[in-house]
Amino acid sequence: MLNTLTLKQALDKLEKKEITLGDLNSDVKSAIEKLNKDLNVYLTINEKKITQAEMSAPLAGLPIAVKDNYCTKDLKTTASSTVLDNFIPQYDSTVIAKLKKAGGHIVGKTNLDAWAHGSSTETSQYGRTLNPRNTDYLPGGSSGGSAAAVAADLCLASLGTETAGSIRQPSSWCGVVGLKPTYGRCSRYGVVAMASSTDSPGPIAKTVEDSAILLNYIAGHDKYDGTTSTQKVEDYTKYLDQNITGMKIGVLYTDIEGLEEIKEIFIDQVKVFEKLGATVEFIKAMDPHHAIGVYTIIQRGEVSSNLGRFDGIRYGNDRSFFGHEAKNRIMLGTYTLSKGYAHQYYNTAQKVRTLFIEDYKKLFKDYDVLVSPTSPGYAKKIGISESSAMFGELEDMLLEPSSIAGLPGISVPCYRDPKTNLYLGMNLVAPMFREDLVIKVGDAFEKNTKWNSWRNK
Amino acid sequence: MSKSTYNLVCGMEVHAELKTNSKMFCGCKNDPFNASEPNIYTCPVCLGMPGGIPVANKKAIEWTIKLGLALNCKINLFSKFDRKNYFYPDLPKAYQISQYDIPFCYEGVIETSFGPIRITRIHLEEDTGKLLHKRIKGEEVSLIDFNRSSVPLIEIVTEPDIKSPEQAKEYGKALRDIIRYLEIGDCDMEQGGMRLEANISIRKEGETELPSYKTEVKNINSFRFVEQAIKYEMERQEEILEAGDIPQQETRGWDAKKSVTFSQRTKEDAEDYRYFPDPDLPPIRFTTEQIEKIRAELPELPTALIKRWKDQYQVEERFSELLFSSPTEAKWLEDLFILVQKENIEANKIANALANKKISYQQTDKPIDVVNRYKSANATDDISDEEFISVIKEVIKNNTDAANRYKAGENQLINFFFGQSMRALGKKVDATHLRKLLQQELEK
Repeated sequence: MLNTLTLKQALDKLEKKEITLGDLNSDVKSAIEKLNKDLNVYLTINEKKITQAEMSAPLAGLPIAVKDNYCTKDLKTTASSTVLDNFIPQYDSTVIAKLKKAGGHIVGKTNLDAWAHGSSTETSQYGRTLNPRNTDYLPGGSSGGSAAAVAADLCLASLGTETAGSIRQPSSWCGVVGLKPTYGRCSRYGVVAMASSTDSPGPIAKTVEDSAILLNYIAGHDKYDGTTSTQKVEDYTKYLDQNITGMKIGVLYTDIEGLEEIKEIFIDQVKVFEKLGATVEFIKAMDPHHAIGVYTIIQRGEVSSNLGRFDGIRYGNDRSFFGHEAKNRIMLGTYTLSKGYAHQYYNTAQKVRTLFIEDYKKLFKDYDVLVSPTSPGYAKKIGISESSAMFGELEDMLLEPSSIAGLPGISVPCYRDPKTNLYLGMNLVAPMFREDLVIKVGDAFEKNTKWNSWRNK
Repeated sequence: MSKSTYNLVCGMEVHAELKTNSKMFCGCKNDPFNASEPNIYTCPVCLGMPGGIPVANKKAIEWTIKLGLALNCKINLFSKFDRKNYFYPDLPKAYQISQYDIPFCYEGVIETSFGPIRITRIHLEEDTGKLLHKRIKGEEVSLIDFNRSSVPLIEIVTEPDIKSPEQAKEYGKALRDIIRYLEIGDCDMEQGGMRLEANISIRKEGETELPSYKTEVKNINSFRFVEQAIKYEMERQEEILEAGDIPQQETRGWDAKKSVTFSQRTKEDAEDYRYFPDPDLPPIRFTTEQIEKIRAELPELPTALIKRWKDQYQVEERFSELLFSSPTEAKWLEDLFILVQKENIEANKIANALANKKISYQQTDKPIDVVNRYKSANATDDISDEEFISVIKEVIKNNTDAANRYKAGENQLINFFFGQSMRALGKKVDATHLRKLLQQELEK
């Protein structure tokens, strides 16, 4: 089955003419036909044929899944909300335009928590997505569809977006690799805005190598997004297969309450770095619980402003189509930005955000990379998010500090529970624009452990 | 009890569109008034489509600072854009990008003939779309044109220094003239390219504290109307105060047909705009050098220029005022004045000739050609003093009665002799010289 190939393997085999694009696509298509109905990964399948231009570009027309909050020209984009039930964008978001130019072919648009609000994909107004590793469980979110599409081999790689955990947490739950680039590394232009000050588009892939390949094509300055950096985009694949001897790795959050279930396993996995010649130290950082408050205040405020445009006047359905979660967030955000409260909430949150940034600066003086569990535990059973209003925030607690600080991070599989077939992820974080470091260390870990299901079939 | 005398306490808020090539936050053409059709200058950003992200227009920011410097403002080296959230069909993002607590310019001053008016702040924001209410096929419909959406808009706010309706009018005109002279905006009042708003209250003569209330009269589109609206409000408020009440704090509109203001919105339903820094737009930092560079590019403003020309070239204000309306035109005139000085011609004379259209010219003419034209128009025949005097003597002889009256003090008769002499000479003469000789002969 050619759909089980990694992006890199497929590119090599195509080049050597060992496989054809037609065969590969028909395998992907039949996998989708077989599984999508149950998993509910894709909301829309792209019916357009692969173009000659895509085939002759570097990614050779290979099938890539795209989260349904990227505007795709002439292809329905809903952000999993029925407010945009019939919205067909007139333009491609910058990352999508770059992906197409590089020869990536959009297979379809994947499910997410409506407006990317959530960490379960259960708030999607088009139904929840199931975890392909074990369908009694959730895939995580908000990029749950994109992570599940990779895990189930319904594409070769996918694109997600992360505001605070939305790439890395579902990647962890689905046992795939999720790379959240530095804020400003990939353009937000054309991505349905969630929290504008932390939204970061990025790849979800089968291997660290595949995520580096994709990042090469989607990163870079964009004149349509003033928050993108003009810093040069490197060839991130240069940092694969590197020696990590002498690197300093700081381990965070292992002593936090709620991690009991996975603590021992995680600490055990961290030792791999010592075997590879790196130094590992267990260190203290600012309490991630504070990040929940900061993120909740800032994100709700920005959401309440960003969703104002969906008033049903110019396109889409009217406001009565908003789901419960979105309404919740709009109400809270409207309150925190209100006169008399903005200072108390939004401005204070911004100050605490600065404290996190300072804390990271201090830590990065002594360590090259900081690692922690991606999520406090394994994937949760379906229905869990419905009982907890702050479900996502608690699930993403370990990721929120680096998200609000705008740092790059990667989640790589670091354990598989043989009983449930569910995975744990390890989150690696580096300073701003040092994607090279998380790719280098993440790749070393992946290649020297048995947890990547494509490398260890 | 005798009726009190009340004085006006008034500040103004003026909105003006900038005439940059592109809009404030996207690359769309900024030309809403000349668009051939509605909604042709639009894109995902100014339509507020999902995923649209604003990118600030650098030129518009520089121009705002330019105006600030021209109005003697201080400039914030660190500034930012904020979101002002509210719902209205002409506002596609449901927020307007504006500046809340850190405007680009603050604490300036503008001179008027009634005294100075302090400028509180100048900030930059985006205009909204335009609503059109029409009847189509028997149905009342509201249409939206987004050609104007996100056009750069500056807001100039003054302190409550305006003391009369006439001063308000003069201020508005002075501001328009400066914006036009800086070539940053057309201020077309009829089209809405400049909108006036007056915050009006009155207090008893002798009082110095700010009144406890004010009314805001919004969206006035002419200087005459602002004058009338303030006059109307002063009378209306006086009546209320005289009756022992305090006028309501409210927003009022101006009905140009009836020449009255009318209540639009009271404070109870004042909006909370939920301002917060726009996360899509990075904060803006300037260095002192960058500000000084903008200052150096600032043209000398008309008031200063006219005064300098008076001192330097002895050109009267009444001529200068008529001769230029842009820095390019001013430069051309100055070149001309420098040239005529070298040619020993009085600059004021040539200014007079140009202002009164005695010689035709265009700004594209070379100054030297205009000087030559002036010279040939004012050339005189070569006449000897003997010839002059013999003609003058003849004229006096033929008009002895008038000559005697002149001597008796009827000085204006010199004009009669001047005319007679000119006719007798039948040539182009140097008028000043002829007048001198006439005076000399008549007084003998």
